[in-house]
Amino acid sequence: MTSKAATAETFILERVQEDVGREMTGAEILFRCLILEGVEVLFGYPGGAVLPIYDTLYDVAIRHVLTRHEQGAVHAADGYARATGKPGVVIATSGPGATNLVTGIATAQMDSVPLIAITGNVKQQLIGTDAFQEANIVGITMPITKHNYFVRDVRDLPRIVKEAFHIATTGRPGPVLIDIPKDVSEAKAPFTYPEDVNLRGYQPTVDPHPLQVERLRQAIKGAKKPVILAGGGVIASGAHEELIRFAETARIPVITTFMGIGGFPSGHPLHLGMPGMHGTYAANMAICQCDLLIGIGARFDDRVTMGRLDAFAPHAKIVHIDIDPAEIGKNVDTYIPIVGDVKRTLAVALEGLTPADSAAWIAQLDAWKRAYPLRYRTTNGRLKPQYVIELLDELTGGEAIITTDVGQHQMWVAQFYRFKRPRSLVSSGGLGAMGFGLPAAIGAKLGCPDKPVIAVVGDGGFQMTMQELAVVKQYNIPVKVVIINNRFLGMVRQWQELFYQKRYCEVDLSVSPDYVKLAEAYGLRGLRVETPEAARAVLQEALEVDEPVVVDCVVEPEENVYPMVAPGKRLDEMVLGDEA
Amino acid sequence: MRRDEQRHTLAILVNDQPGVLARVANLFGQRGFNIESITVGPCEEPGLSRMVIVTRGDERVVEQISKQLHKLIDVIKVQRVSEFPMVERELALIKVGATPAVRTEIQGIVEPFRASVVDVGPQSLIVQVTGDPEKIDALIELLRPYGIKELTRTGVTAMMRGSVKQAVHG
Repeated sequence: MTSKAATAETFILERVQEDVGREMTGAEILFRCLILEGVEVLFGYPGGAVLPIYDTLYDVAIRHVLTRHEQGAVHAADGYARATGKPGVVIATSGPGATNLVTGIATAQMDSVPLIAITGNVKQQLIGTDAFQEANIVGITMPITKHNYFVRDVRDLPRIVKEAFHIATTGRPGPVLIDIPKDVSEAKAPFTYPEDVNLRGYQPTVDPHPLQVERLRQAIKGAKKPVILAGGGVIASGAHEELIRFAETARIPVITTFMGIGGFPSGHPLHLGMPGMHGTYAANMAICQCDLLIGIGARFDDRVTMGRLDAFAPHAKIVHIDIDPAEIGKNVDTYIPIVGDVKRTLAVALEGLTPADSAAWIAQLDAWKRAYPLRYRTTNGRLKPQYVIELLDELTGGEAIITTDVGQHQMWVAQFYRFKRPRSLVSSGGLGAMGFGLPAAIGAKLGCPDKPVIAVVGDGGFQMTMQELAVVKQYNIPVKVVIINNRFLGMVRQWQELFYQKRYCEVDLSVSPDYVKLAEAYGLRGLRVETPEAARAVLQEALEVDEPVVVDCVVEPEENVYPMVAPGKRLDEMVLGDEA
Repeated sequence: MRRDEQRHTLAILVNDQPGVLARVANLFGQRGFNIESITVGPCEEPGLSRMVIVTRGDERVVEQISKQLHKLIDVIKVQRVSEFPMVERELALIKVGATPAVRTEIQGIVEPFRASVVDVGPQSLIVQVTGDPEKIDALIELLRPYGIKELTRTGVTAMMRGSVKQAVHG
């Protein structure tokens, strides 16, 4: 941040404090609350019901990014939140503006991302009349928010904003929606901001029960084949350093779930990679043969267990550490349940921790890692998608923030980019929302301007939100968009090939725009690469320039993601590759 | 899948806020839990309401229901009332076809149930009965031969007995 910006921010904060007690509109109160919450950037899209809010924004020194679709705004706010750990804030108008947020809010809910969605609504006297651009967004988003509010009285607004940020960012994080009818934005009240929140029904348990932690230490002491399954909770609680110390001290290998990627460094001798449907041989075999499985901030999702709970870690005692008590026992029976913040729990567990007797087990896992590494077949002259990801990894030293869409390219990123740090993979894991990659990259880059940010997208997902290239141009956000262009909806095609007798139904994307020309149409630089020989130089060029670039990587169209565990199969029944 | 499904009665203390009933009902729908009955009304503390929900499920399901309910910000407390000695009550209004000739006969059925006739029409009576659901079921069966024209039940409300309150609240 420049000193000028810092001065501006201080000035605003001082001004806000002077404003306490002054009568002002709901919209003016809202922005003062946002400034006091430390909000630096808003993603949004104006409309009728938020006109008073946008009119106030005209005078407020808070950055606003005008996306080209509300879905772009909410994914950008989500990307900002995932990359920085701070809550992302999105504003949309009533009706269609609000409903266009739904996919993004559900994305944030599934992956426990702190997000504040502010929507306008019609004036209260029109609520319930099917008024123009009226939608019951509180009702619609009830199942996909951690909590939501309809503001009836302007005097409630400061308390609600304060509570919303508290709820979104504490415990298991998640999205909170605040629906503000137009008359509340316009109504006046004296400005106050509460110091504390007082929510009787919301008291997350952060400190683990010491006896349970002691049981964990004892279980480790007696284990011969222990394994850690580290999920997104490690990243959400900022526990990556504690996890490294814990794993090294206890001598336990670490599997990182898709959401846990970056929570433990790739390339660490104890790292086994990702488990599940497209997981590594070593990770899946470790789950099948371990005698102690320690789930840390992971929720035993069906892409990890394959829904075969009968065959999941059949020889293991399962320990489950999670801040959300409802996750414990939801999918798998737990031998030692520990409710608590992951960072605090690991810190406590480290006191007096003795190592497991795991030398032979680690040797076995190392042998598997060597015998069955992630791999793909190269074909002369054909550009393989995995090679593109390997090049990105090499050229950025594994230090970039990578955002993705959903599908094959997402799995290849998870497999072949060696993430070293938390918050460096930004991807829609739980909901699996295509179109996430580009807007999330915009948010991530605004939150982390000093880090390279690359959106690795499929040609399918990219076409769902590619209009956000206008935002990249307008605000000159130097993200790199790498399109893994296989002219197919690749993951669906792969399933049709393997499980539906190659009956390729509605997965052909061969009629698509020329992405280089598309980039140019938006005033951006576009590059294309079609051969492995040219790939390095083109990607290098794209990464080196300090401007946004779109790279169209025309890859092998019918490449499949392997290893793969077919639906209904056990983790040790994975297929390692085609014709392998 | 375990098939040891049981009936469970939950008492849920919630903020008396608009939309709370929708949040609770939504959660049951979203997670595939069923609601056999639901009652809600003010409770001993101003600003709060108590809901009583009867549901079915095995131990894992009912534990999930309690935990997921706890995650709702407006839910203060969830008690699995049916785990303890409790009092369960429901009220039913039953409109029975009754010509003057059979009125006395129906009175005779109603009395042992300590139910009462609360309305008399030319061709029908309304019987009001209070009790646990089994008692109400039993009376309905006895009245069925006369022709039940209309039936409405409040759903169960419930409370743990005084003897266990101490133990639960510690």
